Amino acid sequence: MAEQRLTGYRRPDGRVGIRNHVLVMSVDDLSNAAVESVAKAIPGVLALPHPYGRLQFGADLDLFFRTMIGTGANPNVAAAVVVGIEPAWTERLAAGIAETGKPVAGFSIERHGDLRTVEMAARQAAAMLQDASELAREPIERGELVMSIKCGESDTTSGLGANPATAQAVDRHVAAGGTVIFGETTELTGGEHLIAARCATEEVRKKFQAFFDAYLDLVERSGANLLGSQPTQGNIRGGLSTIEEKALGNIEKTGTAPVVDALAPAERPTRAGLNFMDTSCAAAEFITLTAAAGSVIHLFPTGQGNVVGHPVIPVIKISANPLTVSTMSEHVDLDVSGLLQLDYSVEAAGSRLETLIDRTVNGRLTCAEALGHREFALTRLHPSA
Amino acid sequence: MTDASRPAEAGTLALLVHRAGDDVAVAVRDTGPGQAAGAYLDSGNRFGLLVRTDVPLGHKVALRDLAEGEAVTEYGVPIGRTRCAISTGELVHTHNIRSVRWQSSV
Repeated sequence: MAEQRLTGYRRPDGRVGIRNHVLVMSVDDLSNAAVESVAKAIPGVLALPHPYGRLQFGADLDLFFRTMIGTGANPNVAAAVVVGIEPAWTERLAAGIAETGKPVAGFSIERHGDLRTVEMAARQAAAMLQDASELAREPIERGELVMSIKCGESDTTSGLGANPATAQAVDRHVAAGGTVIFGETTELTGGEHLIAARCATEEVRKKFQAFFDAYLDLVERSGANLLGSQPTQGNIRGGLSTIEEKALGNIEKTGTAPVVDALAPAERPTRAGLNFMDTSCAAAEFITLTAAAGSVIHLFPTGQGNVVGHPVIPVIKISANPLTVSTMSEHVDLDVSGLLQLDYSVEAAGSRLETLIDRTVNGRLTCAEALGHREFALTRLHPSA
Repeated sequence: MTDASRPAEAGTLALLVHRAGDDVAVAVRDTGPGQAAGAYLDSGNRFGLLVRTDVPLGHKVALRDLAEGEAVTEYGVPIGRTRCAISTGELVHTHNIRSVRWQSSV
């Protein structure tokens, strides 16, 4: 295995990123037009429009700000321009990101209009882009990187190949002192006892169990029949028969490390090692939450071929399904279909994945980055006022 | 990154089993009725199985006769319960097993 020297960007708050984006973020849906105009004027910046941010309240509003602030604060972001309709929430988002010490500027549209706001924001964005271009990569330690993992469009080849290969990379990252976030509360059903048994302390186990029980309670109170939803039609087509079978394949990718903490959605991990986060299993929502918590790179094993990416963090796709790797090759970063024929060991597949992770850390674009996949999906807890 | 170490010819393994004691094997290529070669992921041990139905890539086949209402084990853990009796070599999927956790689910 080739040992590469890892490089990244050390941010003012000490965290380490592997990309160097300048973000132009909407506070709310009304500001998307202005944000997109800024990104047209200054093509090197990354626009982050989204459909929410108005009349949210309570826990839903808290999660909204935690996710937006966390995204701007992500170490893959060098600087951020924030545009909102009114000053108070614009300032709240900008101030939250500014706590990291990185350059942030907020602009509100009321009493200026879109055009004057776009001009001011574009001038600021251009200056930030030039400043960010002078930031240099420097040597970093593997243990400084926060990684997230979630599989999607899973099938039985995920549990046989892509997830065990991912587990190798997870175990090695944890052993190097790194942080890994997994989640997918709903897809642990039937295997949740296996995760509970791996919790490092009774306190963590109780936190994990509370998140899981709250989810089961939600399903039972709603009277929902998960038929047609879990397993998904894609899962069933791939051969997965029950939620339990899907959960066991899902858990395969978490490796063998103890679970050191159970985090709320988008909560930043404070303990190195394997962290659980309470999340949905929808791919874009998941990666949006873990990127907001500070993940800078995501491993995504897939069976039938999920194509998700993220605006701020690279998403590496790993597949062992021979049909998927041949029909969707532009989406698959690492083909481990040879595992299904025992052509090589899972340890060898893990080493190949680790080499690819290192190259991605050092700047190689993932398939999702090259194809322009920038899914950003905010999780809502309840309707707006 | 393509899988350069994979032989150009399709491999001969048709079935993989996660663990000793599992009730099902997973087809790693489209498999039809007839004799099929399999292996255990945990031990590497090889076996042969007379497959009685079409088992598409990624789908499961019974390694032993299962009675109606019996738990079905994969990964060494129950993944569901049979809806009806299943014979050795038959396809195992949503038509003949269901979730234990959610009986109303598939």
